[in-house]
Amino acid sequence: MGVEDRIRLPVRTEVLGGAEAAFATTRLDQLLGWARKYSLFMYPFATACCGMEFMAMSAPKYDLARFGAEAPRFSPRQSDLLWVVGTISQRQAPVLQRIYGQMCEPKWVIAFGTCASTGGFYDNYATVPGIDRIIPVDVFIPGCPPRPEQALDALMLLMKRIADGSARGEPILANGQVV
Amino acid sequence: MAQRILDRLKETFGAKILETSSPSGDEVAVVARDDWPAVARFLRDDPVCAMDMFIDLTCADYPDRRERLEVWLRLYSIGHRHRVCLKTRVSAEDPKVPSLYDLWRGIDWFEREAFDLFGVVFAGHPDLRRILLYEGFEGHPLRKDYAAEKTQPLVGYREVPPTKVPPFGTAEGMPWSRR
Repeated sequence: MGVEDRIRLPVRTEVLGGAEAAFATTRLDQLLGWARKYSLFMYPFATACCGMEFMAMSAPKYDLARFGAEAPRFSPRQSDLLWVVGTISQRQAPVLQRIYGQMCEPKWVIAFGTCASTGGFYDNYATVPGIDRIIPVDVFIPGCPPRPEQALDALMLLMKRIADGSARGEPILANGQVV
Repeated sequence: MAQRILDRLKETFGAKILETSSPSGDEVAVVARDDWPAVARFLRDDPVCAMDMFIDLTCADYPDRRERLEVWLRLYSIGHRHRVCLKTRVSAEDPKVPSLYDLWRGIDWFEREAFDLFGVVFAGHPDLRRILLYEGFEGHPLRKDYAAEKTQPLVGYREVPPTKVPPFGTAEGMPWSRR
């Protein structure tokens, strides 16, 4: 089974007595994870050119709504998925940290693009060398900027991790490799 | 095209115009900092020059020179459609230049930027604070003697595991300045 198939199923859920019996057993955290992964409320923290790709991804052509994560919330208090899209300067670092602190638990973070992930080519006094230095990150997306498909792939990886309850604070690269 | 501006400056100010040149058709005149406001005012008010539009003010650092900081003022005449670049030089020990805030209000943030990044002190500026960097930042990062790898984070960095994974080597993907 590929990742696409797995994220559609509640993991390790057993259907007993066939479809007529109409009940299933599962674990509460898995059921919660399965429900949560389809209702992500995203907060786009777009600071740079990656924002254009983010907009493309959110637009009908790539159709983020397929994943139940199409509703942006422009208050961190109403959201649980933080997209950090673009370069984060040292001056913005306290702002980003505060926004992360204001978000609802459980919360997840995606570093969108090379700058958010590592600072990119801004190896200087002004730029944070990767937002994982200031807040926990769940998925890094490489690319300058990434294509919308890469971002969708990252979202699917995150959904998989939410569903199977993978440990938080363990970042994952967009190729699926756990760091 | 704007050679007549340089001629006009030379016939008016004589030896106070220290140097003139026209690299790539871009007329440049260099003056001492004490003559900086007078020459700028002349360029604005003289009917032949009529530099009514302030374009840019910036700075360059030449660490080999005694007067290493060179402040550049770019002006344009909307009526005559000609432009000129006026420069002055100051040392890093005494980086004071008279402010031109009274001549062009738009120069406000440009002088703050040159102060912020190069440490040029514009005497007479009404509000000379850092504009891009933050309170508590030490030094002026675009001076050549500011260490390339020196950062001054506003928030403490988290402890993060090394994110280099095989097949990448330790220096791979690192900027040249850090190898």
